[in-house]
Amino acid sequence: MKRIGLLFMIFCSLCCIALAKEAKPLSNDPELEKRVIALSRQLRCLVCQNETLAESPVDLAEELRGQIREQMKAGKSDKEIISYLTDRYGKFILYNPPVDPTTYLLWFGPFVLLLAGLAVLFRYVKRRRELIIEQPLSASERRRAEALLGTKQGKEIT
Amino acid sequence: MRYAIPLIIFLVIVAFLASRLRGGYDPHRIPSALINKPAPEFQLPELRNPTQTFSPKQMRGKVWLLNVWGSWCVACREEHPFLIELSKSGRIPLYGLNWKDKREDALATLEELGDPYVLNVSDFDGRVAIDYGITGAPETYLIDQNGVIRYKEVGQLTPEIMQEKILPIVKELNK
Repeated sequence: MKRIGLLFMIFCSLCCIALAKEAKPLSNDPELEKRVIALSRQLRCLVCQNETLAESPVDLAEELRGQIREQMKAGKSDKEIISYLTDRYGKFILYNPPVDPTTYLLWFGPFVLLLAGLAVLFRYVKRRRELIIEQPLSASERRRAEALLGTKQGKEIT
Repeated sequence: MRYAIPLIIFLVIVAFLASRLRGGYDPHRIPSALINKPAPEFQLPELRNPTQTFSPKQMRGKVWLLNVWGSWCVACREEHPFLIELSKSGRIPLYGLNWKDKREDALATLEELGDPYVLNVSDFDGRVAIDYGITGAPETYLIDQNGVIRYKEVGQLTPEIMQEKILPIVKELNK
């Protein structure tokens, strides 16, 4: 199983890198092709998973694009086609993850981390400020400081 | 205490990463959206007898396996000996969906390696495979008496998967 996985990965990386290009239009209706490509840009290729269906050259992506094209010809809306595909391949096929309970962590996690980081920073800075206690100079320290700075006696050192 | 919290966070991250590395996690194993949903209906010509058609409807009342394969698929070849063993055991009827294959090639493969299937249907254009949400071969579906998909294995069937995953469900279904 592992070996096949590895072969599969090698195959994928080869096919994805070597052949990656946009799908060739297959019908002579440019409007329809535009729609097919626009929709397949929003969908994930299930073989080369970091590519969209529009970019992937693998057979399965080709077939799925064919399926999309046919359903569009049959007059189905983008929404209907997306639900057809998610019914079969799950939400995983959506290249833009939808906002729903399973993806809350993905969408909102970074903001939660940001807020947590800000809270920690705020607490740290506040605590540090409390640790710094201003102490007035004693008379001998003042004299030493004046000597070092070469200032005249009586002049205020700030 | 000062170091406990970062240490705990670190250990949680390590545990999470280790589980993904060691647990045989495979990103290509996409959880099927079809589990516990009715198996998509189809009507396809039989491989050996193309004038006849087969439809999952005919299997109502039976628990059966649908194995997706092709003569072009190396992993399917590796899986084949176990399928032969499985069909000999007579535990569960095995049907084949011959995916995007040439009829002669498929028949030659069955001739060469043996034929574990009760029957095969030909899905030349891969249309039915898309209906079943297939991403690669081999894949196997367990379908129950009411035509509902109960389990899907992406990749090869093995004795372990059969023992640990599929047969317990079959036992439950046959109660």
